[in-house]
Amino acid sequence: MEQMLNVSSNPHVRDKMTTSRIMQLVVIALLPTTLFGIWNFGLHALLVVLVSVASSVIFEWLYDHFMHKPNTITDFSAVVTGLLLGLNMPPQIPLWMPVLGSAFAIIVVKQLFGGLGQNFMNPALAGRCFLMISFAGKMTNFSVGEKYSGVVDAVTGATPLAALKAQGFVENSVPVKNLFLGNIQGTIGETSALAILIGAVILLAFKVIDLKVPLTYIGSFTVFVILYMLFSGMGFDGNYLLSHLFGGGLMLGAWFMATDYVTTPITPKGQLVYGCILGIVTAVFRLFGGSAEGVSYAIIFCNLLVPIIERLTKPVAFGKGGKKA
Amino acid sequence: MGLLTFKGGVHPYDGKELSKNYPIEKYLPQGEMIYPLSQHIGAPAVPVVAKGDHVLVGQKIADAGGFVSAPIHSSVSGTVKKIEPHLNATGSMVNAIFIENDQKYEEVEYTPAKLESLSKEEILKRIQEGGVVGMGGAGFPTHVKLAPKDPSKIEYVLVNGAECEPYLTSDYRRMLEEPEKIVEGLRVMLTLFDNAQGYICIEDNKPDCIARLKELVKDIPRIEVKELMTKYPQGGERTLIYATTGREINSSMLPADVGCVVDNVDTVVAIYQAVILGMPVMSRIVTVTGDGIQQPKNFTVLCGTCMEELIGAAGGLKNTASKVISGGPMMGFAMYDLQVPCTKTTSAFLCLEKDPVSQAQQTACINCGRCVSVCPGHVLPARLATFAEHGNMEAFQKFDGMECCECGCCSYVCPAKRPLTQSIKSMRKMVLASRRKK
Repeated sequence: MEQMLNVSSNPHVRDKMTTSRIMQLVVIALLPTTLFGIWNFGLHALLVVLVSVASSVIFEWLYDHFMHKPNTITDFSAVVTGLLLGLNMPPQIPLWMPVLGSAFAIIVVKQLFGGLGQNFMNPALAGRCFLMISFAGKMTNFSVGEKYSGVVDAVTGATPLAALKAQGFVENSVPVKNLFLGNIQGTIGETSALAILIGAVILLAFKVIDLKVPLTYIGSFTVFVILYMLFSGMGFDGNYLLSHLFGGGLMLGAWFMATDYVTTPITPKGQLVYGCILGIVTAVFRLFGGSAEGVSYAIIFCNLLVPIIERLTKPVAFGKGGKKA
Repeated sequence: MGLLTFKGGVHPYDGKELSKNYPIEKYLPQGEMIYPLSQHIGAPAVPVVAKGDHVLVGQKIADAGGFVSAPIHSSVSGTVKKIEPHLNATGSMVNAIFIENDQKYEEVEYTPAKLESLSKEEILKRIQEGGVVGMGGAGFPTHVKLAPKDPSKIEYVLVNGAECEPYLTSDYRRMLEEPEKIVEGLRVMLTLFDNAQGYICIEDNKPDCIARLKELVKDIPRIEVKELMTKYPQGGERTLIYATTGREINSSMLPADVGCVVDNVDTVVAIYQAVILGMPVMSRIVTVTGDGIQQPKNFTVLCGTCMEELIGAAGGLKNTASKVISGGPMMGFAMYDLQVPCTKTTSAFLCLEKDPVSQAQQTACINCGRCVSVCPGHVLPARLATFAEHGNMEAFQKFDGMECCECGCCSYVCPAKRPLTQSIKSMRKMVLASRRKK
């Protein structure tokens, strides 16, 4: 016989989807909100995002290189981490901060625990929380400098959530339209619910994510906030609810970070449980906690619950419990 | 009403258009015929001929080696050359009878019968003597399957015409060209089970077969055609039973435990031939297809014909072919040597130009859960494969690793290109071996 034949175990065909393609799709889905953030906040926001992405990729390469591991930057996961970290930064942050955040995210949270697939919490959010704890002032300063004031309309010094926290109620200063479109204060990538939802549609269309986690997350959060309004004597206030839904990091968190595969339960039921817990924890952090925001902490906290959720929601195997005749 | 189906499954490229429009051609072998003594699950058959014996077409050359076993018949007339081990399609060496074909095709005399005049015992006897086994791939002796403890508890006889494996068109051609034989075979089976309904189950990507069979059975009591959603592995025994009856069986149960009997269309035709015509299983339909073959075709092939000969009959391999698979792309066996005989369970030879498995670069599991969402067994393939790689037999069993049906959906869909099915399969074999030791 002239030809050598390949031999392998079944199946002999493979789907076209690969890890790096998934990561590329996530990057593409993040582009609308990235572009909006840059348009909204100006040139410095672009620099923050670029520095964050570049430093993440460089740290990944350096770690692989010096630890003599195969080069993993082609899987695009470092790009996703860097991009998410950049989008979670206030627009006027000094540029050394995303570099520090990337180093923590990639080296400490991701690589030291075994690299892609082994990190026990979302690296980008862990990087952000690391910076928030270490440099609280800089990380919560959302005032836009003089030179960008022309670019932005309806921008005040505080995010809608921070205003909510400080005043305890909503002034009608932030129209619902702005909340949804995103010309409000916040981190670079979290302000525009519209742009984030466009990205979410891309992820859903290419089956990168499904609705289980985002819907249970947003749903349980909404229910909790409504209950809070009713029982705290405030009465139902649509503006208050919408400020909570669109005024902070919930949309970006629910669609892009709570859905991170590695730090989400693999079991279908576990994903529903995880989403519900996320919503409740986020609401508790926001309503009763010290800071206005709660999404980042809620997600990295719930990441720690993933192994136990998974164990408790092991699916029932097909035909289990059936009796032999 | 929605189409009948199950939860999970995948939609790989189906490739059926390559061969589906080629009517079945009879192929008469030129070379030596090889009859492995294990073409079925159970004890190997025991030769009843010796070197130098002259045999006829239809003559029994090996008898069943026990109750769960099946006899083997010669498909040519000629002389027994030798009996020695030979490579079979699943990659193992099994004893085989070699017969030199004299090209005369002198037949033994068959004894046809009328269904009405046969008792249930006689029907089962004729099926057993005809060497009928599950021709969908597993090769379970049919007379055993059709003799459950309590035949009155069988409520459904399912004829599996799903043909969910990509590329395969042998069942399709059979249903299109000889649907009468399928219906007759099913009538024989229903005679054995007084309380059963007969369902002929076909995926909706074969509307012509569905129409043909619906027309044929419209006036026959107790027989219906069921349309299934096109999805792999719709034709798996467990998924088929679930889709048509809503009943679930696990790995330790038999279909009869939930009142079902499932047989592939080719098996049903073999039942008809064995019971009504008195002819044993000597041939089957084999699809030779794939982008690596010159001219994809469907053949009626005499069991014992060499794979290489059959590939030659389809124009031969292209120079670019890199993989030859016995069976379909999802559950078939890759061949390294084409000197392998067709057996009762050979459904196809698939020749592929590209081998995505050897091209795939394995990366780390990202826990995406795709394997979980496609798994028809509702287990966690990613976790099971990791337990298997770590040799953790206890956790593997605790996480229902033995419920895997090895359909291959998880490996197909894995974006990290992990060989999940392979790892799980190996571990299952190890667990079964360790259970046998106890």
